[in-house]
Amino acid sequence: MLRGQLLTGFGMIAMVAIALSTGPAPAEDSADHAVKIGLILPMTGQQASTGKQINAAVQLFVKQHGAQVAGKTVEVILKDDASLPDNTKRLAQELIVNDRVAVIAGFGITPSALSAAPLATQAKIPEVVMAAGTSVITERSPYIVRTSFTLPQSSVIMADWAAKNGIKKVVTIVSDYAPGIDSENSFRGRFVADGGTIVDAIRVPFQNPDFSPFLQRARDDAPDAVFVFVPSGQGGTFVKQFIERGLSNAGIKFICTGDVTDDDQLNGMGDAVIGTISAGPYTAAHPSQENQSFVTAFKQANGGLRPNFMAVGGYDGMHLIYAALEATKGVSNGDALLAAMKGMAWESPRGPISIDPRTRDIVQNIAIRKVEKRDGELYNVEFETFKDVKDPAKAAMAEKN
Amino acid sequence: MLTILFDGIAYGMLLFILGCGLAVTLGLMNFINLAHGAFAMAGGYIAVWLVNRLGVAFLAALPLTFLFSAALGVIVERSLYVHVYRKSHLQQVLFTIGLVFMSVAAVDFLMGSEQQFIQLPEAFKGQFNLMGVGIGRYRLLIIAICGALTLILQFVLTATRFGSRLRAAVDDARVAQGLGINVGWVFAVTFAVGSGLAGLGGALGTELLGLDPAFPLKYLIYFLIVVAVGGTSSITGPFLAALLLGIADVAGKYYIPSVGAFVIYTIMVVVLIARPHGLFGRVTAR
Repeated sequence: MLRGQLLTGFGMIAMVAIALSTGPAPAEDSADHAVKIGLILPMTGQQASTGKQINAAVQLFVKQHGAQVAGKTVEVILKDDASLPDNTKRLAQELIVNDRVAVIAGFGITPSALSAAPLATQAKIPEVVMAAGTSVITERSPYIVRTSFTLPQSSVIMADWAAKNGIKKVVTIVSDYAPGIDSENSFRGRFVADGGTIVDAIRVPFQNPDFSPFLQRARDDAPDAVFVFVPSGQGGTFVKQFIERGLSNAGIKFICTGDVTDDDQLNGMGDAVIGTISAGPYTAAHPSQENQSFVTAFKQANGGLRPNFMAVGGYDGMHLIYAALEATKGVSNGDALLAAMKGMAWESPRGPISIDPRTRDIVQNIAIRKVEKRDGELYNVEFETFKDVKDPAKAAMAEKN
Repeated sequence: MLTILFDGIAYGMLLFILGCGLAVTLGLMNFINLAHGAFAMAGGYIAVWLVNRLGVAFLAALPLTFLFSAALGVIVERSLYVHVYRKSHLQQVLFTIGLVFMSVAAVDFLMGSEQQFIQLPEAFKGQFNLMGVGIGRYRLLIIAICGALTLILQFVLTATRFGSRLRAAVDDARVAQGLGINVGWVFAVTFAVGSGLAGLGGALGTELLGLDPAFPLKYLIYFLIVVAVGGTSSITGPFLAALLLGIADVAGKYYIPSVGAFVIYTIMVVVLIARPHGLFGRVTAR
């Protein structure tokens, strides 16, 4: 009896000792030579394609530019949050407290970015949003910087183009979560101001989407065009069902944000999508030297996978972090990095971009593209570009003040 | 409006094919098999692989999918489930949910997390117009196949010896065993057929419901609703329940898009309050 208790006691002490010895590294090691970046992405679950693209782009950047910046070694720690905001919060906390990261980055969907915002504020470290697209994200913490895009940027440009090109009546179909509502509101605001009418505003559930009844309703509303936003990864299913419902045969045009004609899925959608008009910040067919070398390198490193707008968000996010580290000469203090990030401007594979110092949001060119077939593959081909588009919601507020 | 009815019927029949295996195993073996969706997912992925990679014709791939999922069901049942038959419901639930998570992770690892699209033959794409009703070709195919299967199932259940043995075993397994019916063998065959149908449903549903590794978890609730609302003592119960739910779901989403997705759950709650054993359930001896 006593021997059993003694053995149990020793066993527990041994286990605790082993656990402590493999615990988190003391602060002195990491601060001196390594700068850690906590990359939180949805590598599994509904948005897994986003995580895969961004991770590939981040790894490509590190491979191309090396892991040494301003005398420090950069280490990227990847964590999978499966698009669940509770996971994101927990992982961000672990990265900040245990791994002592200097920057948290990634965030595949808006709820993930929002859940980590209070942690970034409290820890005073930059949160680089590489994917999420709702306008209000950058206002949730003074430490949030975005390198992806905002839905209003694309939606407002699409509304302008639609109004100028003879489209008078539109039914909007968006996914029922923050970016979708952002998109619906900004499109409606601009389109109505340009003289058009919104016949019906349909919201589809974000999870498990079956678009058929909603598409049937849109068809019965008989508009000139359907304006669509669904998140990256659901575009393929949507387009299939749009065609199956016969909306294009009924003379209804299909206009959307770039998330629907996602480069990741575009080839799999079949020839029926040729001619679809979209507005977006990036296309793999963007005709610049930067982009062509980016696309080639990406394809080579990832078995022929084409980069999409999420990948370029990740690539530019890494550029931002590296450039900030160089500007602070290796100091990884959160406030210093943040100050360096504001106002930074560079040539990205998507075109010239900059970080607005006042809003910490991305300013970029938005292009109107049409789906065409080139060399046997489908691409979004740009035919009109709008330069230096700021997020319209925040720009409007600035004009008032 | 008839188009909505047509769509709802197609969706409902698909739900029935997916869920009837679960209804029968729950009623027959009193075994809560939450991993039912995993067999459907396996069927879907096999169909995608056969049609997209190996170039098998879509209609030819369907029976192969059925056989594959049935075989998978036999293997899993004989090796894993036999150990859990005598355990409590809670343990069965935990066990099968564990299997679901394993299958999700395995498929994610083997096939990747992207949505899978099956390449349909041209004949099944698009719609045609019949007296003002837009008839989707693929949905028509689903109704045809599922309708035929339902008739076959009903025939087997009511007019064959195996069917009467099955019904006897569902009503009271001990007495049936006492009368000389090999209940264990009936279990095995029924489970295999149920899993096979689930696989077939998964293959047919790839086009309508989408297919990714999270499929068993996403659609588990729908199978359970079909079984709960329909009752487990026959297959006409789940059939009518599935039709009701399919039509309600599609019509709800069409007429009131903002709350359309909740209609199916509201119906379930109302039915279960009014009739706890399902719309057509009978209390069976255990």
